Amino acid sequence: MPENRDNDVRIGVFICHCGSNIAGYLEMETLAEYTETLPNVTFVQRNLYTCSEGGINEIKKAIKEQNVTRVVVASCTPRTHGPLFMSSCGEAGLHPYLFEMVNIRDQCSWVHMQLKEDGTTKAKDLIRMGVAKAALLEPQEPIMSDVQLRALVIGGGIAGMTATLALANRGYEVVLVEKQEALGGMLNRLNKLGPVMTDASGFIEGITEKITQHPKITAFTNSQVTEVQGFIGKYKVDIETESKTRNIDIGVIIVATGGRVFVPDGLYGYDGKKVVTQLEMEQLLKKGLDSNIKNVVMIQCAGSRNEERPYCSRICCQTAVKNAMLIKEQIPDARVSILYRDMQMYGVENEEMFRDSKAKGIRYMNYDPEKPPEVKPVAKSVQVSVYHSLLGQELTLPADLVVLSTPVVAQEDAVATSHLLRIPVDENGFFLEGHVKLKPLDFATDGVYLCGSARFPANIREAVAQGLGAASRASIPLSKGSVVVEPIISVLTNEEACRGCGLCVALCPYSALEIQNTEKGRKVHVIDVACKGCGVCAATCYQHALSINSFTDQQLEAQIDAFLEVS
Amino acid sequence: MNKDILVIGGGIAGMQSSLDLADMGVKVHLVEKLPSIGGKMAQLDKTFPTNDCAI
Repeated sequence: MPENRDNDVRIGVFICHCGSNIAGYLEMETLAEYTETLPNVTFVQRNLYTCSEGGINEIKKAIKEQNVTRVVVASCTPRTHGPLFMSSCGEAGLHPYLFEMVNIRDQCSWVHMQLKEDGTTKAKDLIRMGVAKAALLEPQEPIMSDVQLRALVIGGGIAGMTATLALANRGYEVVLVEKQEALGGMLNRLNKLGPVMTDASGFIEGITEKITQHPKITAFTNSQVTEVQGFIGKYKVDIETESKTRNIDIGVIIVATGGRVFVPDGLYGYDGKKVVTQLEMEQLLKKGLDSNIKNVVMIQCAGSRNEERPYCSRICCQTAVKNAMLIKEQIPDARVSILYRDMQMYGVENEEMFRDSKAKGIRYMNYDPEKPPEVKPVAKSVQVSVYHSLLGQELTLPADLVVLSTPVVAQEDAVATSHLLRIPVDENGFFLEGHVKLKPLDFATDGVYLCGSARFPANIREAVAQGLGAASRASIPLSKGSVVVEPIISVLTNEEACRGCGLCVALCPYSALEIQNTEKGRKVHVIDVACKGCGVCAATCYQHALSINSFTDQQLEAQIDAFLEVS
Repeated sequence: MNKDILVIGGGIAGMQSSLDLADMGVKVHLVEKLPSIGGKMAQLDKTFPTNDCAI
């Protein structure tokens, strides 16, 4: 680190009130006065909202008029607002990476709401540490890399098929991999599609035909992805088909592996004959119901919204109402009762179908999860007893058929897929998007996208919408032909020190490191575009050969020293 | 064919579409009837479940 740098370090600190989010809980004036006393700080300003147009203009003004050469914003999380402040610095002529953010909202005013004094002291500590680091920041240049103009879609259900077609129609080559022998996924096992009641088979045939005939699409069935190497724009993917394993160059990957229906073994006397799932019901309806069926009872939330699976699978209510209507269509005098906890019939059409179903005589009965229905076999049929909370008594319903609305659960191989692609799954085994609102169809890993029931139970309309969305997101790097990667990455700053031990390579979660044989012996090599700057390698390297840009040992030590100075 | 795209409505959906399209290299014209873009989202404080500031 050059010694004379301190001479031109002039730090501007912007302390955000975030309306009352921060200012309501911390002593802002004390904070600003204190910040003015910190080394290298030449300008301090408080803003009502630093992220507003006014706040941004103040930052730009300070860079131009106060000749500030480092900017520190003490506000919220860098995850949402860091990029905005960085680009604002860039627009005003200051290098974007000479910016540091301090989170005094999530880490001070929110968590220490009741402790104004302590919260303020902690905010002082954090600002002091941020300022200490800012003084040592250095400019970083973004990294460019080419993108292979070919997409991989994993999973040939409706979401994956839709994404495949959307990308192919934009002119990109698409490789579609499906592990079953036919495309279509869960749709192959459905009867009619609500709320318009079209035939599932006709719908899927139409799309399958478009896919098989499209010149840009290569669809592999009975196949699976066995190995994924590389990073956005430059993946090398092994696809194992029946005949052989192929290695294909891929630019972007869409995960559309779907979900599966929970099989309720040991629940409500499930036997697949008299007591079936909604998915099995679809097949019974397709074949045509036995006309002797006069009483049908459906039980909602069978195996969901409990301790083991706390989530609501969303699509089972609409499926139950749809199938109840179809039963009435085939056997008009059948008595269909739906035992529910809460009916989730969101949207215009679903609500309409729900109302129609009541008009057609389908009965709805609320049950208490503490006193769930019981299914008992009697003679040739079964009997369902349920506690009716309004009547305050137990009711007994005869049933020729009991239909359990079981949830969609994660694929059995979801965890294997998550390891293969280095993408996370949530506590229920569904894939976890990059951000609920900012990146709902992207993974945190660049170049990998997500759609359909692999993410969370989706009906067909939602799976299609997400398939189109994921394709749209995936076509951003494809249309550019190159990607710009954050330069906050690992760098081999001390090549001499590196012994090529490979410890960092083994620990890297992104496969961004490799050992190369160089003239100076075995040395680690960082694959720039694959590195996410997590810091595992730098923290592991006992030789201190690796360093993370903008998180160097010196910068972190300066922060720690700044913290210890006062405490 | 003219390749510019018109997005009508500058709420969160219109803004995200505009950004994604612009990132794909398409010229986008975003039209909003109110004085500022942001729509309903600009009127929210924190958004569930991440508690992110809507602004």
